Amino acid sequence: MTILQEHAPNPAADDAGRPIGYGRLQRKEDPRFVRGRGHYVDDITLPGMLHGAILRSPVAHARLVSIDTSAALAHPGVVAVITGADLLGLGLAWAPTLSADVQAVLVTDKVRFQGQEVAFVVAEDRYAARDALELIEVDYDVLPPLVDARKALDPDAPVVRDEMEGRTDNHIFDWEAGNKAETDAVFAAADVVVSQEIVYPRSHPAPMETCGAVADFDAVTGKLTLYETSQAPHAHRTLFAMVAGIPEHKIRIVSPDIGGGFGNKVGIYPGYILAVVGSIVTGKPVKWMEDRSENLMSTSFARDYIMQGEIAATKDGKILAVRTSVLADHGAFNATAQPTKYPAGFFHIFTGSYDLQAAHCSVTGVYTNKAPGGVAYACSFRVTEAVYLIERLVDILAAKLEVDPAELRLKNLIKPEQFPYPNKTGWEYDSGNYERALRLSMSMAGYDDLRREQRAKRDRGELMGIGISFFTETVGAGPRKHMDIVGLGMNDGAELRVHPTGKAVVRISVQSQGQGHETTFAQIVAEEIGIPPEDIDVVHGDTDQTPFGLGTYGSRSTPVSGAAVALVARKVREKARFIAAAMLETRPEDLEWEKGRWFVKGDPSVGKTIAEIAMGAYGTVALPEGIDGNLDAEVTYDPPNLTFPFGAYICVVDVDPGTGHVAVRRFVAVDDCGTRINPMIIEGQVHGGLTDGVGMALMQFIEFDESGNNLGGSFMDYLIPTAMEVPDWETGYTVTPSPHHPIGAKGIGESATVGSPPAIVNAVVDALSPFGITHMDMPCTPARVWAAIQGRPRPPI
Amino acid sequence: MQIPAPFEYARADTVDDAIALLSRHGPEARIIAGGHSLLPMMKLRLARPEWLIDINDLYELDFVLRDGDRLRIGALTRHTTLLESAEIAALFPIVGDAERVIADPIVRNRGTIGGSLCQADPAEDLATVCDVLGAEAIVRGPSGERMLTMTEFHRGAYETAVAPDELLCEVRIPIRPRSGSAYEKVERRVGDWAVAAAGAALSFAEDGTIAVASVGLTAVGLDGTVGAVTELLRGERPGEPLFIEAGRLAALAADPVADQRGPIDYKRHLADELTRRVLRRASDRAAQSAGATGHPTTPQEG
Ligand SMILES: Cc1cc2nc3c(=O)[nH]c(=O)nc-3n(C[C@H](O)[C@H](O)[C@H](O)COP(=O)(O)OP(=O)(O)OC[C@H]3O[C@@H](n4cnc5c(N)ncnc54)[C@H](O)[C@@H]3O)c2cc1C
Repeated sequence: MTILQEHAPNPAADDAGRPIGYGRLQRKEDPRFVRGRGHYVDDITLPGMLHGAILRSPVAHARLVSIDTSAALAHPGVVAVITGADLLGLGLAWAPTLSADVQAVLVTDKVRFQGQEVAFVVAEDRYAARDALELIEVDYDVLPPLVDARKALDPDAPVVRDEMEGRTDNHIFDWEAGNKAETDAVFAAADVVVSQEIVYPRSHPAPMETCGAVADFDAVTGKLTLYETSQAPHAHRTLFAMVAGIPEHKIRIVSPDIGGGFGNKVGIYPGYILAVVGSIVTGKPVKWMEDRSENLMSTSFARDYIMQGEIAATKDGKILAVRTSVLADHGAFNATAQPTKYPAGFFHIFTGSYDLQAAHCSVTGVYTNKAPGGVAYACSFRVTEAVYLIERLVDILAAKLEVDPAELRLKNLIKPEQFPYPNKTGWEYDSGNYERALRLSMSMAGYDDLRREQRAKRDRGELMGIGISFFTETVGAGPRKHMDIVGLGMNDGAELRVHPTGKAVVRISVQSQGQGHETTFAQIVAEEIGIPPEDIDVVHGDTDQTPFGLGTYGSRSTPVSGAAVALVARKVREKARFIAAAMLETRPEDLEWEKGRWFVKGDPSVGKTIAEIAMGAYGTVALPEGIDGNLDAEVTYDPPNLTFPFGAYICVVDVDPGTGHVAVRRFVAVDDCGTRINPMIIEGQVHGGLTDGVGMALMQFIEFDESGNNLGGSFMDYLIPTAMEVPDWETGYTVTPSPHHPIGAKGIGESATVGSPPAIVNAVVDALSPFGITHMDMPCTPARVWAAIQGRPRPPI
Repeated sequence: MQIPAPFEYARADTVDDAIALLSRHGPEARIIAGGHSLLPMMKLRLARPEWLIDINDLYELDFVLRDGDRLRIGALTRHTTLLESAEIAALFPIVGDAERVIADPIVRNRGTIGGSLCQADPAEDLATVCDVLGAEAIVRGPSGERMLTMTEFHRGAYETAVAPDELLCEVRIPIRPRSGSAYEKVERRVGDWAVAAAGAALSFAEDGTIAVASVGLTAVGLDGTVGAVTELLRGERPGEPLFIEAGRLAALAADPVADQRGPIDYKRHLADELTRRVLRRASDRAAQSAGATGHPTTPQEG
């Protein structure tokens, strides 16, 4: 691993070199994970706990004719069997999704995708529950399925959602952004226009820990405690209150250690609701943990965008405009998690990192007989699809103009002095120095040498490809006036308490799934009030213990919650000043701050540390008017804008022309996420995201056969990349702080997942360019790469 | 967690004990060796044995032994042992080629050669390896021991000649002088089952012509070796035109099905491409082996 521009030694480090504030610091949570002492939902065992298992539909589209649970109920150990009919009686058969649609908790009328929930067995152990599933007899009347989204709007297409009043087709929404007339005019006058259909196939977040819940409803107190794999415990609490009719103060959601989310754990799955129903019905705690196949087949997928893209330019390579129309396959229920106003998420960032005259997109969402969701997989609300579209189009344009793709990008990137940059679809990019990042990546990669090597190899008939992508993300959702999920503004709270001995606890509303919140947020507090991160406990994931907020997804934790934490720490610091002044018998305005301590201006030897001030706050010091006896504060942060992280990635691949096998030889990633809090955590996020990118670009997609059978229901079929497929990552960075963010941080969680697939595909296409190839769809499996070059003349190499 | 259907379990102390247990519990009893094929199928409930007879205590089946002009490998020998054996690497480099691309270290630490052959998955790499090396299988049952050629052993996908009350005990591979072998696999990801793979073994006569040759294919619908290639190569001098023709014949012999790993034409192409590659490498290795000391692998008493 190469790291360019290593941080200077942190001046504010303790004797062991650990930073008091920002800097490299081993993660506080790791000792428990590496010692196997993490505590996940499946580790939770409550007295008398029962176990649930879900019967799932083997077919994609069918009327439910009858269901007989008597044999299952008679199976030893079985306590209850719940069907859709039972839920109808409770008013719980359908639950609202995160996108103003409803989703069946258990099938009542019709199965709409393979793997859909049909019945729920509760038993004394998970073996009995699983065995009893086979004893439930279900009679299905199979219907023709709608598998191909392209056929969803055909007049004779099967109607997936015929239960909805007056619905006769599979259309969900049309949405557009940008100015169509203006864009069309620019296209009409342009020298060069290239167009391409670009498919971002359906993929799956596939977190290591599958989804699950333990529901514990106490009939005496009326309190529901729900342990679940959730990226957004507070939003889940409110939704449960709205759905289940349990008052919100009687619901406690606990999201313990989470083994990866990537968006998979944003939504509320039928299994969670069924665990709750199971607990209410049996009066006992009920655990439900899905298995791997259930996770892959029924929980939120990602992507599935068929994009028709066009780019217009002058003949000397000035990019003028981009337009696209998208067909979005949302599966059987519209369950995407995104701000209400934006049914296609933030896809309208597809203008990328380029200074354009015009842009327009239209997105049409349709139902099909596939699993619902579309939340995520580290996509920053569809930024992944957007970046892939523009970065492929720019490469296709470069091929058409016969110019180097790096040159074409350099010529068109938004310039530093243009920020804040209003793009043509309504965003205001906060800050950027794009050329610097691209040039850094090119120098790290040795771009010119690589091109020379490529030419020499081509002369020998070898296929080597170099791919570039330059991405701009829009993360940190978001300003409450524009952004909500089911009516809840996308803001986050933080509470900080400094105890009398100067140790602190910060309570946050976002929830880590592996991102290292317990370290990063402690470092933010440490930076602001100058006590070591080890002395700051970060509490998260329990709605009874933390302030309200919308959770962790869309790279929003640091941009939103991180800001809240910095501001709450500043509030405490300011309060400390008043208390210090009282202790030193001076005026607050006569004090000056240095990390960890207020001292008297002009006399640095006289001052009070935060620990001393804390003891003073809770002690007997006479406090000034309006200052109460603690060192606590709370805030809720409403971001003024989103943040716009960016990066320049370069990928080098070698393609075996005989087998179509692609090997990623090198990968250079330069990221700019603004202020860097813990570079080690940032690099970890980047490494993981790049690995994800290799998976999507080279091996992953959820395929369905014509009957709607999911062909990717296990890790034998749905492939996860390992260390064997990835090169030694070469990471670098630049720092362009966000001007509107309290600490200038922009978020890093999804950058690499967003930015890497186009770099890899661009490299593969570049390798195949001697065959005249300018595009191929992901994933670039050996079979597809080989097929791409068949029937084409052997290149003159 | 994926949960198999209920089953009973017994641990065998000896080979005879294992056979007795199999006889006692009938055709729904299954041997479990490494468990890396059987357990995944049980978890998906594709396999539902009523009894599992565990043979992991039968250390007498875990050996690699040179015995005159053949190498004997116990059925319980783990993939890792095969991969790490210097003797096997020297005699049959094809085994190392294949083992390196079978699954991952976790699977290789437990999975066995016996389990691989008895599983008879069409994508099982060691089946091809044993085919091209001309191995024999030693099988024992209530009525004694029998020896099967690989042709006799195979009965198509997921089936073998091993009866429900029999145990595969050993695999024997003939050692030939002036020989070389190689294996190559195309996979979508390291550790994935083959999209297609090919293995080749060659021995030269003293005059440098090919004395014995065989090519086998994995995951493309061919049991055993490609007879036409064996015929083609016998008595010829190795060379590129010959290997190109062998590749063509191998592709003809292949009968692949389309699946998520690739379409038929691609897999057929791989049969051709990989056959050429493994023949080249096997031939180079055979030439090295012949050239190194003249008779490096002459049989000797073991
Ligand atoms: C993730 C994964 C990837 C894999 N990838 C590959 C790959 O790329 N290539 C490849 O070739 N293999 C692959 N395998 C399979 C692996 O090699 C298995 O270990 C092997 O196929 C079976 O060996 P085992 O000892 O585990 O057999 P088991 O699973 O224990 O048994 C398999 C079958 O053989 C029977 N059996 C076992 N031993 C005997 C015996 N001595 N006599 C009679 N019957 C017996 C059992 O009853 C059972 O029916 C993979 C496995 C996994 C889990």
